[in-house]
Amino acid sequence: MANTTVDPLLEDITGPTPGQMLRRRVFGHQGLIIGAVVVAVLLVIALLAPVLAPHDPYVQNLAMRMKPPVFLGGTWEHPLGTDHLGRDYLSRLIYGARVSLLIGVVAATISGAIGTAMGVAAGYFGGRVDAVVTFLVNVRLAMPVVLVALAVVAILGGSLTVVIVVLGLLLWDRFAVVMRASTRQVRRREYVAAAQAIGASTPRILLTEIMPNVLNNLIVVVTLEMAHAILLEATLSFLGLGVQPPTPSWGLMVSEGKNMMLFEPWLVLIPGAVLFVLVLAINLMGDGLRDVTAPENRS
Amino acid sequence: MSETILNVKGLTIDIPVGGGTLHAVRGIDFDLKRGEVLCIVGESGSGKSLTSLALMGLLGKRIKVSAEQADFDGTALLQASPREMRSLRGARMSMIFQEPMTSLNPAYTIGDQLMEAMLLHRQVSRAEARARAVDLLEKVGITAAGSRLGQYPHQLSGGLRQRVMIAMALMCEPELIIADEPTTALDVTIQAQILRLLVDLVREMGMAMILITHDLGVVARVADKVAVMYAGELVETGAAAEVFGAPMHPYTRGLLRCIPQPGKTARGAPLGTIPGIVPSLVGEVAGCVFRTRCDEAVETCRGRIPRHGPGETHSFRCVHETGAKATEKERV
Amino acid sequence: MLQFILRRLGLALLVAFTVSFISFSLLFLAGDPAAALAGETASGEDIEAIRRVYGFDRPMLVQYGDWLFAALRGDFGESYYFKLPVASLIADRLSVTMLLGVCGITFALLTAVPLGVLAAMRPNSIIDRIALFLSVAGQALPSFWFGLILIVLFAIQLRWLPVSGTATWAHFVMPTIVLGYYAMPAIMRLTRAGMLEVLSSDYIRTARAKGASELRVMFRHALRNAIIPVVSLAAVQMGFMLGGSIVVESIFALHGAGFLAWESISRNDLPTVQALILIFSMFYIVFTFLADVLNAWLDPRMRSS
Repeated sequence: MANTTVDPLLEDITGPTPGQMLRRRVFGHQGLIIGAVVVAVLLVIALLAPVLAPHDPYVQNLAMRMKPPVFLGGTWEHPLGTDHLGRDYLSRLIYGARVSLLIGVVAATISGAIGTAMGVAAGYFGGRVDAVVTFLVNVRLAMPVVLVALAVVAILGGSLTVVIVVLGLLLWDRFAVVMRASTRQVRRREYVAAAQAIGASTPRILLTEIMPNVLNNLIVVVTLEMAHAILLEATLSFLGLGVQPPTPSWGLMVSEGKNMMLFEPWLVLIPGAVLFVLVLAINLMGDGLRDVTAPENRS
Repeated sequence: MSETILNVKGLTIDIPVGGGTLHAVRGIDFDLKRGEVLCIVGESGSGKSLTSLALMGLLGKRIKVSAEQADFDGTALLQASPREMRSLRGARMSMIFQEPMTSLNPAYTIGDQLMEAMLLHRQVSRAEARARAVDLLEKVGITAAGSRLGQYPHQLSGGLRQRVMIAMALMCEPELIIADEPTTALDVTIQAQILRLLVDLVREMGMAMILITHDLGVVARVADKVAVMYAGELVETGAAAEVFGAPMHPYTRGLLRCIPQPGKTARGAPLGTIPGIVPSLVGEVAGCVFRTRCDEAVETCRGRIPRHGPGETHSFRCVHETGAKATEKERV
Repeated sequence: MLQFILRRLGLALLVAFTVSFISFSLLFLAGDPAAALAGETASGEDIEAIRRVYGFDRPMLVQYGDWLFAALRGDFGESYYFKLPVASLIADRLSVTMLLGVCGITFALLTAVPLGVLAAMRPNSIIDRIALFLSVAGQALPSFWFGLILIVLFAIQLRWLPVSGTATWAHFVMPTIVLGYYAMPAIMRLTRAGMLEVLSSDYIRTARAKGASELRVMFRHALRNAIIPVVSLAAVQMGFMLGGSIVVESIFALHGAGFLAWESISRNDLPTVQALILIFSMFYIVFTFLADVLNAWLDPRMRSS
């Protein structure tokens, strides 16, 4: 062998570690960062609502009805004005963040538990279990969510708990579909066969071999379903069959403002815009997580 | 009929990659007369396929192609408008690809895909195009050609699909056919059969063909001219008889040692191998790229490499004017 | 192909049967349907009387059997509120919802498919980024709020379109947009992803090698293959849309089946609600079935197997 030229590609071998590359991808991903920051800010606002809200969100003051926000000529006493019952709009918005986030987190947890159990079982055991789960997903998809949720909430009576439970019991379909697909993928890997070969029990394999490897997909679906649940709650409340007044829900605020929309459009615009921003931020976070954890699956 | 149909001088292909520019093909020259078969040989990654796709104008915009000259029957291929290129492609020059399994559109019948080029380029009726398609399917050895037209690609075996691809390339009687390893994806048993068919048809119709292959056995049987590529350069080129009779470049000789030759290779004798791997072509490439694997490498291999022409058409690029033939004789 | 259709049909029937049972059971979620029907002021005897008249005293499965067989004949019982046959009530309203659904999915396809194709033709270009932004924003936009904004903008401020009603085509413009945009992001993304995959395939290179024009390559060779999964998705979305028309119809006061569902839920008119849930589910089941058959027919590999 004579002289060897220096291969410029070789220099890359001493490049970034996988951890560095992940961090680089995370911080290079604008959507993920923007989404996460917005969600974090809204989360802090929701947690600190009693400290941050300038007024009690339930106290009515009929003498101070529908005062405009400061940017429309109002006063700093009520920065975002007051609603048709004279309640401080900013305070109601802040407490509304609690309702939305609570519903998102709890409903996604319930549906996530149901859907993940079904999906992992279907993907791991296959055969009959798979057929039954696939059938149940088909049945669930055939039922119109808004309609069923409205009907059930109407029958059981609208309250925060009922809305959360109903949404939790309805939104498991995507969890089941995604978890089934990713479990099937992981199940074929050699390390699962290796665990079986050394006689690990099925629950142990599911817990230590399957779950850690489908976790990133699960997190992505959790975020997307949180957004879905938040939107649905707002829709139900808007239609008057979700969270009941006087609870400050953003959907309910849009619904209450609707009648005055002709003269005071900000009553509708503000809560809707906040809802839009929260859902957008959660979706950006979810999409970002998917891109970052599985760059090869980017669509 | 010895007019030059394709004339390529200094063809260069650069691909922008993460760490700079990949100089995939660097200044290659060759020409082709009507009715001639030129075989381009070389291992994977030597730039054979890129060269053919560049001539057809099928490389993406990202990849930069330049040349002092790349003329097809008077048309400068690299300067031609997309519209001019479209009117050449499929009509006067056509291509047969490596992968018959994926090169046919799954959504359309064989007949539709065969007739497409002819309906696009020639003023013919569907009936005429159909008749031509049936005729060609029979020529490429497909029985019951008429009923095959209504079938979809997934209903055909790989061998049949490649026959269809060949017929498709011949539809408009092109003057030049580029076949990019047309048989590598097929079973060994039908490779020779399909290749012979292709060569016979090309000869019969008097077309010129560029056959890209790494199978030297094939080259020896069908080529009029041979061009040996290594890592983006043409290291040796010339009439097939001359190149095979007196290979000059160390790489060509290495390649020839890798195949058994009846009467020359002793029974049971080990076949040759070329040690080492192809170097990276990212960044500046200077000197002879084969020097890292060459037994004859010397210090001057890092500098400018001269071209020597022992025969009228035969030439090679090496610092050794004789290609260091002595060592070759010792080996045989 | 026939075998596939039959198997798929069997599944559809089984799903339909299960859905019918679930929508029937809703009646019993309320605890005592007779009490609910009689109202808060009714006496114990009144409730007993109602229970006997409506047959609530019989076992649930018997009631379900009766209800199902009646439903199969097109008899969904009588509306508690309107005192009219539920079937004719729904039949009157369904045309508006169907029209809205067809307009919505057409709007979604006509905007999302070209956008997806353009985005795939120039990945990472401005068009691609705009399309991506629209799809992300579209998914987050609450449809009731979007509808109200359109009303404020186009009906109240600009006075271009009527606020509500069904009298002319102009009444359908805003509802179509609000219903249709919901399906756009998914269709756009799937079209883009499908086109990107197809465009990098060998047969597209073959088409180019034949001298086909870029337009022909895009639409005849690429889109024809990339559109196959989009067809299924559109059918699924159409099913979701009809279910989602309840929001749009209530905002724009379109008196369709969705509006009827909203009214009936508010009024505890259970027979009507049961029937509507069943009918909306049936639409979904039929659409997805047709989509799968159409899909199999569009894909020659499935058609001939």
